Amino acid sequence: MNEFYYIIPFIILAAGILISLVIEMYFTSSEKILPWFSILTFLASGFSALFLVNNVKVVFENMLMSGGNVNFFIFIFNLGAALVTLLSIDYIKKYHTYYGEYYILLMSSVLGMSLMAGAKDLIVIFMGLEIMSVCFYALAGINRNKLKANEASLKYFLLGSFATGFLVYGMALVYGSMQNTSLEYLFLNFTKFNTNILFLAGLLFILFGLSFKIAAFPFHMWVPDVYQGSATTVSALMSTGGKAAAFSAIIVSFASVLTVVNTNVFAPYFGAIAVFSMLFGSIVAIAQTDIKRMMAYSSIAHAGYMTIGLASGNSYGVSGIIFYLAAYTFMNIGAFGIISIVEGKNDTNLTIKSYAGLANKKPILAGLLAIIMFSLAGLPPFAGFFGKYYIFIAAVKAKLTWLAIVGVISSAISVYFYIRIIVLMYFKESEEDFVIENSNTGLLSVIIAVLFVILLGIAPNSVINLISYFAK
Amino acid sequence: MSLEITLFVIFALAAAVSAVMVVTRSNPVIAALFLVVNFGSLAGLFLTLHAQFIAVTEIIVYAGAIMVLFLFVIMLIKPENEQKFLAVNKKIKLTAVFLAALILVQIAYIILFANPSARLNPDLNASVQAGTIESIGTLIFTKYILPFEAAGYLLLAATIGALVLAKKKFE
Amino acid sequence: MTIPIEYYLILSGFMFLTGVVGVLTRRNAIVVFMSIELMLNSADLTFVAFSSYLGNSIGQVFVFFVMTVAAAEAAVGLAIIIAVFRNKKTVNIDEINILKW
Repeated sequence: MNEFYYIIPFIILAAGILISLVIEMYFTSSEKILPWFSILTFLASGFSALFLVNNVKVVFENMLMSGGNVNFFIFIFNLGAALVTLLSIDYIKKYHTYYGEYYILLMSSVLGMSLMAGAKDLIVIFMGLEIMSVCFYALAGINRNKLKANEASLKYFLLGSFATGFLVYGMALVYGSMQNTSLEYLFLNFTKFNTNILFLAGLLFILFGLSFKIAAFPFHMWVPDVYQGSATTVSALMSTGGKAAAFSAIIVSFASVLTVVNTNVFAPYFGAIAVFSMLFGSIVAIAQTDIKRMMAYSSIAHAGYMTIGLASGNSYGVSGIIFYLAAYTFMNIGAFGIISIVEGKNDTNLTIKSYAGLANKKPILAGLLAIIMFSLAGLPPFAGFFGKYYIFIAAVKAKLTWLAIVGVISSAISVYFYIRIIVLMYFKESEEDFVIENSNTGLLSVIIAVLFVILLGIAPNSVINLISYFAK
Repeated sequence: MSLEITLFVIFALAAAVSAVMVVTRSNPVIAALFLVVNFGSLAGLFLTLHAQFIAVTEIIVYAGAIMVLFLFVIMLIKPENEQKFLAVNKKIKLTAVFLAALILVQIAYIILFANPSARLNPDLNASVQAGTIESIGTLIFTKYILPFEAAGYLLLAATIGALVLAKKKFE
Repeated sequence: MTIPIEYYLILSGFMFLTGVVGVLTRRNAIVVFMSIELMLNSADLTFVAFSSYLGNSIGQVFVFFVMTVAAAEAAVGLAIIIAVFRNKKTVNIDEINILKW
């Protein structure tokens, strides 16, 4: 019975899903209750995870890890999802697609992400990934009368399950080589299997499957279409929670590669995908006219920066990635939040030009977006700067200075398209005339996200110390 | 030739041929039926591997449930036939086939090079024991209870997702 | 157990790559999805082969979970295909291209 104490965050989420099913079924005013109930669930789950952060323990027959950075991840997922829910309240009204199932699927996807973060066994990674993906496939197409949304969900589904095929095949090869599916066993005996080529091929296949979810370079082709076609709030969760969950799965399954010295046989592979993702994302983003597509390419570039942390293969890299993911979650939810507020009915106001003269129309929104764009571009003193800083430090410590230099060049390129939006907002006159609907809950959510961006920028040391204490 | 080898050859040939047929037939219904043949021969292969429980579930779940779902959807939307496999985009398709053949050679090379049978000492009794419903059930309900519960939530999420997307009308 | 395990592994590699070719070359969304099922099944074969030759059941437990996932994916995937068909009257992924693919 004692073990249940350690998985309280999971239990709260799981119970929340079931209760919201009942609410959706029996209450006629579920439209008003359900979003607030799910926010409550997310906050309860997230803060209970934070409360239990010191109880590091492996529970359920070596299936699940609880405490430490796992709980930190769970906290980020839940807080991110709570912010997304807050955004969705008004966004859903724009498309007249209130389905209570939306919130239930949102909660289930967070449950899947949390399972991935805590996984200590390949099966748990696989199940967590599938719970998350199945929810995302459905969420991407939630505006089901909109052709673009249908198309986005079809593409995401076909390519996503294609990636799942690779993942499962890789897991089969790894299982066959080490006769076990426990990640603890993999971690302890990595050097023993290091020479078995079948085992390495299996790990590479697993990496292909997970690279798809983090949107790294050779597996990025779904990202722009899916982010553009699905509902903006769903894109916000997919680009932050989904990416963070896949990174946490990579971190646990490649723990020995990342923390034990001299086992990083994958460094060249990680380095290559880091370089290609960063440069490809930053350069192609310049040419975009649709802001959601631009954010999608920027998301590919950010996956590249985080992969530098994997390539450097030391505990600095791991804690850098976790810090970066926290920062990126709040930046991106803030950015997509503002996009969802500015977005009009029927996919209007989604081009970059719609942001011209925003500073006159909505000074508060413009100010918030400016902070987020500075942070995404990696300018101090915001969270994005310290995220990149820790990653690049890790690369230098691993004697991969060239990778850090490519990263700096790529972020210099990316400054262009982020700053372009700020210039448009403050120094250009508005060309189209449209009214931006007020959304109090949406604004609240964006303000909270920006507060976290500033907070992580002001006090990065306390957070990174906490993370690296657990990463060791 | 012993019975084991004969069965393996028959089922392996059926599985390989039907897999190719699934990919090359232009009529989706025929492709789906070949997929059923593929699942059937896989179940046969599982039997030669002493995995009785998985062989039966393969038939019940895949051939019985999933394929019926596929055929229902095909019936519902009546997709027109595609053109013959090599009729359009011949070059791209041949390149894909060529690349796949290349990767197959690599995978086969890796498998033969890694030589897993040198590391294994198969034991007939252990193998039969591993495939029984008792040992699988014991594992699922003791060691793997957490993923099992997760599977419940996966199916719940899938049901809700499918309902939202395919339900005819809301309210 | 007179057959070496390599035969099973190569057969499953062949099925896996057949599935990959199907995903890359076919244009009907349903057939693409069937090719994905083929890939999952080849992984199942690898699992069962290893499980049987190692004499431990973990691989077959994994196959059990893969089947659950395949069923869940089939439900959601076919629902998505129906939703697309309702709006667009086609399931050919070449014709579904408002977004740039």
